[in-house]
Amino acid sequence: MLLYALRRLIYLVPVAFGVSLLVFALVHLAPGDAISAIVPPDAPQEVVDKIKTYYGFDKPLPVQYFRWLAVTLSGDFGTSIGTGRPVAEEVGTAFVNTLILAVGATFLSFFLAIILGTAAAYAKSRTIDRCVTSIALAGVSVPHFWLAIVLVIFFSVELGWLPPMGLGPDNATGWHLDRAHLAHMVLPTIALSVIPLGVMTRTVRSTIKEILNMEFVTALQAKGMNDRQILIHVLKNAAPTCLAVMGLQAGNLIGGSILIETVFAWPGTGFLLNSAIFRRDLPILQGTTLVLAFFFMMLNLIVDVIQTTVDPRIKRT
Amino acid sequence: MSNLLEVRDLHVTFVTPDRTVHAVNGVSFDVARGETLGILGESGSGKSVTLRSILKLHPEHRTRWSGSIRIEGDEVLSMGGKALADLRGNRVSMIFQEPATAFDPVFTIGQQIAETVRRHTGKSDAEAWKRARELLELVRIPSPAQRLKAYPHEMSGGMRQRAMIALALSCNPSLLLADEPTTALDATVQIQVLLLIRELQRELDLGVIFVTHDIGVAVEVSDRIGVMYAGKLIELASVEQMVDSPRHPYSRGLLASTVHEGMRGKRLEAIPGAPPDLSAPPAACSFAPRCKFAEAKCLAAPPPLRETGDNHSVRCVLAA
Repeated sequence: MLLYALRRLIYLVPVAFGVSLLVFALVHLAPGDAISAIVPPDAPQEVVDKIKTYYGFDKPLPVQYFRWLAVTLSGDFGTSIGTGRPVAEEVGTAFVNTLILAVGATFLSFFLAIILGTAAAYAKSRTIDRCVTSIALAGVSVPHFWLAIVLVIFFSVELGWLPPMGLGPDNATGWHLDRAHLAHMVLPTIALSVIPLGVMTRTVRSTIKEILNMEFVTALQAKGMNDRQILIHVLKNAAPTCLAVMGLQAGNLIGGSILIETVFAWPGTGFLLNSAIFRRDLPILQGTTLVLAFFFMMLNLIVDVIQTTVDPRIKRT
Repeated sequence: MSNLLEVRDLHVTFVTPDRTVHAVNGVSFDVARGETLGILGESGSGKSVTLRSILKLHPEHRTRWSGSIRIEGDEVLSMGGKALADLRGNRVSMIFQEPATAFDPVFTIGQQIAETVRRHTGKSDAEAWKRARELLELVRIPSPAQRLKAYPHEMSGGMRQRAMIALALSCNPSLLLADEPTTALDATVQIQVLLLIRELQRELDLGVIFVTHDIGVAVEVSDRIGVMYAGKLIELASVEQMVDSPRHPYSRGLLASTVHEGMRGKRLEAIPGAPPDLSAPPAACSFAPRCKFAEAKCLAAPPPLRETGDNHSVRCVLAA
């Protein structure tokens, strides 16, 4: 098992290389350049050239790429063109903030999805099944930024129960585990978990329904297993499929949501990416995209490894 | 010979919002300890439904049962919940047609046998695994200790079916229900499995009900054979009587449609037509529309199952 994980980790090296190339290329393929965003339009040419040389934009693209790669590999992501602060620092803080929401939303949506999906699959009455299916459908169809705004209007403006925006009280810049900070998390977490909840509920429901129709469930009944014991068998069979979908959803959440983070003024990666795009802040864009892509790859690796432990039919080759 | 199982006037009806199916329409038979009853019939004749009803394996909310099924005197049809679960896999166990799908794919064979042993005997985990090993030896699976750790997909079809038999025997049942256990297997493996079931049945003095659509298989394993058609037993007799002198036109047709030596060059005999729709209970002899001997009285009323001497019953007004 450990050997398998290690081998999969080595396979990630060429993928990571490809990702870095893609991240670099995408940023340079996009129209507009960073210099024109920070210098005034009437700046003299020598000033522009000086700045170009400072950031290395005067070199040919392949040279730029390998210089960037070498520096990045050493852990230095460069400095932000917009703020002048180190990219690693900016991305690091934003990523932690996004992760806080993502982890909360992941657990909330997966926990609810497993309960709702299983209940719907087991339900003998069609009403329960239809209710759950409707909830799931609403989850994937409701625009989540709209839901975010509705949540703010209802719980913050009308009822005044929960804070509408920000990481914490008094324009807090860091996150701490306390009541006030948790209260700020509630609404964004709910808004963020709606889509994965819908997707997961549908997956769990259909997977379990399919498994319940299999012969081995009848065979388990025929050997005297009770409903609780059979449920354990069913859930273990459903796990690989559900885990695969969960992995993708969790990956999306880690990417951060530009819309949700904007509505709640949550300083996460979505927020950071959004402003970096508008400022043509190439180092931030590259740094954030790279970190996110890397995390996505790791998450997929973890899901794959868990899948092979749960389902012996997936070969570990 | 005391009766292990007594089935009396069993009716099974499946009710869904769209339609109703009268799958079994008044079946009665007995099985004694140490006896193998073969139930022969084509697809949709109700043979599997009858078999599964003995463990009430059909979804409770869509199935209507009536009549009586008694195992060692205990009424199964009135059982539910824990009483039923205690019966299943313990006093009565079942072998399924397709061992590839009847095992849970994500648990090892050993885990699946051991959990059954623990469920019914309250043995410790170590004792249950020891018992599982003995069982694999009993069904002649080579290197059983290693096989216990194998997953179902790592075994061959024949080996899986042996493991399924081991599982079924794990709690010393008195009645074994076999639902076409050899249909999914290769011909050579089929014979091995048949012989194994026959041998274990004698060794352990089991009552066995063996459902099949293969006459050759039924003749090979059974002491008595019941032929089912449209949810009814239409003939019940010992193997010898059934082979030598089948009395129902349908049984005669079935036996005539088998292929054996000395038929080379002759035309195969087939029974024309298709089995009837079971959305309403039959009002006449169900086989009459396909029967070349059918007369007016066949269509007047459903014929009763009549004893025609020496434990041979037949459901046909024309049979002598």
